Amino acid sequence: MKRSSAIITIFKKELYRFFKDRRTVVAILLPGLLIYVIYSVMGGAFSDQFGVDNEFKPNIYSVNTPESIKALTASAEIELKDADSGQQEEIKTQITDENCDLLIIFPEDFDKKVAEYDPTSGTEAPGIEIFYNSASTNSTTAYTMITSLLDSYESSMTNKFDVNHSADIKFDLASERDLTSAIFSMLMPMLLIVLLFSGCLAVAPESIAGEKERGTIASMLITPAKRSDIAIGKILALSLLALISGASSTLGIILSFPKLMGGAVELNGAVYSVTDYLLLAIVILSTVLVLITLTSIVSAFAKSVKEANGYVTPIMIIAMLVGVSGMFGNGASSNHMLYAIPLYNSVQCMIGIFSFDINLINIIVTVAANIVLTALGVLVLTKMFNSEKVMFNK
Amino acid sequence: MEEIIIVKGLTKTFILSAKQQKIEKTNVKVRTAVNNLSFSAYKGEIFGLLGPNGAGKTTTLRMLATLIKPDSGDALIDGYSIVNQSGEVRSKIGFLTSELKLEEFFTPNYLFDFFSALHGIDSETAEKRKKEMFSRFGIDKFAEVKVADLSTGMKQKTSLCISLVHNPDVIIFDEPTNGLDVLTAKVVTDFLVSLKNEGKTIIVSTHIFSLIEKLCDRVGIIIDGGMFVCDTLENVCQGKPLEDRFFDIYSDYCKREDKEI
Repeated sequence: MKRSSAIITIFKKELYRFFKDRRTVVAILLPGLLIYVIYSVMGGAFSDQFGVDNEFKPNIYSVNTPESIKALTASAEIELKDADSGQQEEIKTQITDENCDLLIIFPEDFDKKVAEYDPTSGTEAPGIEIFYNSASTNSTTAYTMITSLLDSYESSMTNKFDVNHSADIKFDLASERDLTSAIFSMLMPMLLIVLLFSGCLAVAPESIAGEKERGTIASMLITPAKRSDIAIGKILALSLLALISGASSTLGIILSFPKLMGGAVELNGAVYSVTDYLLLAIVILSTVLVLITLTSIVSAFAKSVKEANGYVTPIMIIAMLVGVSGMFGNGASSNHMLYAIPLYNSVQCMIGIFSFDINLINIIVTVAANIVLTALGVLVLTKMFNSEKVMFNK
Repeated sequence: MEEIIIVKGLTKTFILSAKQQKIEKTNVKVRTAVNNLSFSAYKGEIFGLLGPNGAGKTTTLRMLATLIKPDSGDALIDGYSIVNQSGEVRSKIGFLTSELKLEEFFTPNYLFDFFSALHGIDSETAEKRKKEMFSRFGIDKFAEVKVADLSTGMKQKTSLCISLVHNPDVIIFDEPTNGLDVLTAKVVTDFLVSLKNEGKTIIVSTHIFSLIEKLCDRVGIIIDGGMFVCDTLENVCQGKPLEDRFFDIYSDYCKREDKEI
């Protein structure tokens, strides 16, 4: 029979197997959906927890409030309730119980003492005491509001020069493009490697060790179809499935990323050109081939799906470490030889693409190395399919 | 008569793991499953391999089906060597054993098409054969039911059809009626007879005497991996029931090897 038709037959069967079964479809697509839901919920929870409510009106008591501060707080729309020195202990208890946010104690004749104070005299400056509760978000917020107000009041009295005073000038010259590239090149390689690997884990052990465990692979081995065709058909189909799974997870992350960051960082994937995405797709495709080949070989060794998952876990950890290695270091490596190392080459290429530092030679070396490795893997898998010790070990 | 299967000195050994040695209370590390086995089967006959459990019947059939390789020796099936031309051998034979399972997720209909494609059969021929085989075995009634939901008998019928998608000239059948109810077993044995009438060559292995007596033209008795007797059923039985003859042969063997029956 024609070689291609056996490969296509196996390829179609694998896809049919995964897409017709609701459980496997869920296993492939669920991680992406889960990531989206979890990140969105987490992002929402973070902003609830730490975000400052614009409508927040702190409950602040103040003893000996000087006129200058009254004017200052009034302009900032912060209400200070006057209190006697005798009420101090009662208010402190209220702060501990979170019924009140802040107690400020000014020295008597604060304004006068401040005006008379000479910083060069060496004597102690007039002190303000602020009591707060660090376990209460409201109290902490009120504390920050008051201290920054007092700080700016203090610096306005001795103002000699300002730094970045104007609110109309954009001083941070980092473009949207730079910000996106800095964050993407740090996070995405690791995330992509881990998510692609998870995709492989969802399909390879089931398709190879599972078929061995259930005795169905022997039914295929008894046909005249070449074992190498069976190996190629499986690797191609599983790679496509792993890509779909990886794409679903990546989409989940990208869509939920702004929610997770609570809008703190402006990320825009549109800063990358079509060529960048095309190169990224080529790198990802060759990486998936390597990962699927690797997980398939390990799965072929295992007697059961459970055993295969056990064997693959250490490889997953190594892959994660390689992914994490991309978060440190200064941009993509420039040594062409390093791009022959599988996984490391993919991470480095991704860093290069995300940080607009594309080196075509490195990408070519990476893709070539990955394809050569996949071809070698197909040979190994074919040998394993031919080996009765591997296929029929019980 | 044309010799379509020629088996020459097949030998197969297995290495026993420490665990297996412990279970079987032995220190022997290598077990000879099949020992210098030779026989021939002629075109258009049903050849029976008879022997107790562990005699090497299944190992012999698995070697003929190219699932495992012999340590030494060879066999020619329709002129193709099982050692050097395994691909050609696989296209000539249909192998059926309980060891080969069908993926439970698929339907008989899908599996028939899938295996036809792997055998390189054009879709028109495959469709025609599927119709014929499915109606013969009554599979058309459950052709769209997942294998997981079929009864043992239905599964066996489906496996039988699928192992013969390519209409092979040589059929190797390991324990054909094992685990089947009497009705399904009869369908299978009747089918084997009709295949023989079509001129196909069939090798079956079994330890059921009546099955050999009913089906086989010739029989080979395997004990401890070696072929003891290989002749026509008539010559082997020498006028006695096969069961009695088998025990005669077996007790002769035990006396010679100084073993207990």
